[in-house]
Amino acid sequence: MIRDHFRVFVVNLSEGKGKVAKLDGRNSEVGGSGLAALLFNKYGHPEKPWDDPQQPLIFAVGPLTGYFPLMSKTVCSFKSPYHDQYTESHAGGRSALSLCFSNLDALVVVGRSDRLCCLNISSRSMEIKKIDFMQGMDVLESGKLLRNMFKGSGHRSILRIGPAGENGAAMSCINADTYRHFGRLGGGAAMGVKNLKGIIIQGDAIFPEPEGKEYSKVFAEVYNHITATDMMKKYHNLGTPTNLQALNEIKSLPWRNLQATSDSAISAINGERFAKETLLRNSACSGCPVGCIHVGCVREQFMADHRYTFKQVAYDYEPIFSLGTMLGVIEPRGVLNILDVMEKTGLDAMSGGVALAWATEATEQGLISEKETGVSLSFGDAEAYQQATDLLGTASNDFYRLLGQGTLKAAAQYGGSEFACVLGQEMAGYATGEAFFVAQSLGFRHSHLDCGAYAYDQKHAEQNVDGVIDFLFKDEAERCLMTSMVACLFARGIYKNDLLAECLQSVGYPELAANIEPLGRHIQKLRWQTRIGTGFAPESVTIPKRFFKIKTWKGPIDPEYLNTLKIKYGQAIMQFGEEEK
Amino acid sequence: MKKILITPKIDRCIGCHSCSLACARLVHKRISWDTAGIRIHSSGGLTTGFTANHCLACDPAPCAEACPTDAFSQRKGGGVIVKKTLCINCGDCVAACPVDAIFQDLSGEVFVCIHCGRCVEFCPHNCLEMKEVENILQEEAVS
Ligand code: SF4
Ligand code: SF4
Ligand code: SF4
Ligand code: SF4
Repeated sequence: MIRDHFRVFVVNLSEGKGKVAKLDGRNSEVGGSGLAALLFNKYGHPEKPWDDPQQPLIFAVGPLTGYFPLMSKTVCSFKSPYHDQYTESHAGGRSALSLCFSNLDALVVVGRSDRLCCLNISSRSMEIKKIDFMQGMDVLESGKLLRNMFKGSGHRSILRIGPAGENGAAMSCINADTYRHFGRLGGGAAMGVKNLKGIIIQGDAIFPEPEGKEYSKVFAEVYNHITATDMMKKYHNLGTPTNLQALNEIKSLPWRNLQATSDSAISAINGERFAKETLLRNSACSGCPVGCIHVGCVREQFMADHRYTFKQVAYDYEPIFSLGTMLGVIEPRGVLNILDVMEKTGLDAMSGGVALAWATEATEQGLISEKETGVSLSFGDAEAYQQATDLLGTASNDFYRLLGQGTLKAAAQYGGSEFACVLGQEMAGYATGEAFFVAQSLGFRHSHLDCGAYAYDQKHAEQNVDGVIDFLFKDEAERCLMTSMVACLFARGIYKNDLLAECLQSVGYPELAANIEPLGRHIQKLRWQTRIGTGFAPESVTIPKRFFKIKTWKGPIDPEYLNTLKIKYGQAIMQFGEEEK
Repeated sequence: MKKILITPKIDRCIGCHSCSLACARLVHKRISWDTAGIRIHSSGGLTTGFTANHCLACDPAPCAEACPTDAFSQRKGGGVIVKKTLCINCGDCVAACPVDAIFQDLSGEVFVCIHCGRCVEFCPHNCLEMKEVENILQEEAVS
């Protein structure tokens, strides 16, 4: 093991100083999600609003980071500008290895810089640099500049925000190394409110190999699992976009603001189309041999006489849903062009797309017009969406400023909340049925990754309130364990409890290895208690009418079942949070 | 026949660092992406792909010529034979290498590729190969 406790670096931007803190809890809070919650309880202020300068922005890795493949993610936690409650967002890129090799388990940023700044840390240095000239600069440009401004081996991670984060949009993300994102629930604004444009993490520490033969044996076992079996084939091949065709076939793919759940136009915009027409190359998070990142290429003629430029945009299932089918855009090029603007402005592409889908339907219904949207919105018009994305990301007027705070906030003022596709936050691309709608609405991160409800829906046609709730709790606990290690969730089929225990044992965490069963549940509880402590109230979350009106492979949604499930799951969460630890 | 590590298909690299982590782990007994015979860098930002720093197996090897203690000596077929016990951590080899293939940690210890081939099987995109030396020289002569 690298250490039996947590080594945390706490940077105070108001004071311009950093301090190393040594914390206990390795054998109970583990790392990642557990450590992040522990740190919020220590440094956070549940009663103060998200934008209070004292609120912490937390990045945490786990006990297996650096040791095993696919332990490639970082957990970022903060009080969210979206709902003013505690939340997490996860990303990979080079962030996890960089943080681990900067000799830390976590980085905590508190305070607020008086001017726009960036933070540069390594295992033996820290620097806060004022960078006023980067005000409003887009994410890609900022990345290039930061890369050149700071010397480094290249073994580092560059986290940065765009204009959306700077102007406090609740759908702004933190970009990690160009192709990955701490996407949802407004991490970008949590960083922006600190006047913090970028964080450069240099991974320059070196650790000894764990003693004994066990480690190399277990490593080989894990590596063979990953590469020799076809477990990861899906992520390796077409990647997550392979889901487009599949979900469309079972009437679970949201189209045009969820006015439909399947469409024959899918063949123009499925995973194969993207691969054939745009796929340029693959990329990987550090420490991951799978390389699920699919980078697409769009060529653009910008002048007569064959003057061309090109863009590289990483695509996944989610943005193809949110900027493709959800907006009625059925051309890969169009989707990548919109996605490119989302990336540059630093918006979460899922939330941004779903917000624009609502704005389009609101336009159709005459609730808003070009006066608000600045450009005429209609389903399928990719060019208009590119412009609208820029207007949204830069908060160009009152309408877009409000929309950037959440679709339901805009709907409260302009009308149209019944067709706002919001489940706790803008929906993920799974119109699979009641279990998913309830799970995202009330889930800890309001993410499709909190638990496998979308998969549950696809396997169960019968109604079973207790069965669903039982599944959601168990699945969430397992994922809590994964996100405390911190593993990529794509590897959850590989890192079963037994293998995780072997891994922990081999690097010198026998106590963690021996107690693996209850750990996930303990962290699940800690997270919920932290969230509830910041004001989570399930009854205040509503499921808009649109979700009651759709048809999936199971037939029409049953409103009564959906309502009951929501009420019962909400009660179960509150009860779980209140139980003794 | 002596073999050396070459990276003929590094344009396919996805930047996973599996190779350098493997070298550090298996050859140098470290958990690190620095203390390795091969180190991966983006070639000027992630949108431009990756390059690998590694020993090109010079013969004669400037690093061995520069070494005042014979800790580095000429390896047949190119590259160097490393005798760590002789090393005084002066770093002269690091300065002499034209392609920045040698990593020196803070304590002064140096790390270089010994052309053992253990990293090769960890590359998911087959960017790395072990080549018999004579073929290499011929190929380089033509290109
Ligand atoms: S370490 Fe550098 S100088 Fe020495 S043989 Fe390799 S490439 Fe040549
Ligand atoms: S650092 Fe060691 S191997 Fe390198 S030149 Fe000096 S003595 Fe020789
Ligand atoms: S050939 Fe051996 S020494 Fe060279 S980089 Fe690969 S594993 Fe390391
Ligand atoms: S293992 Fe292969 S793909 Fe991965 S970084 Fe090394 S050369 Fe690149």
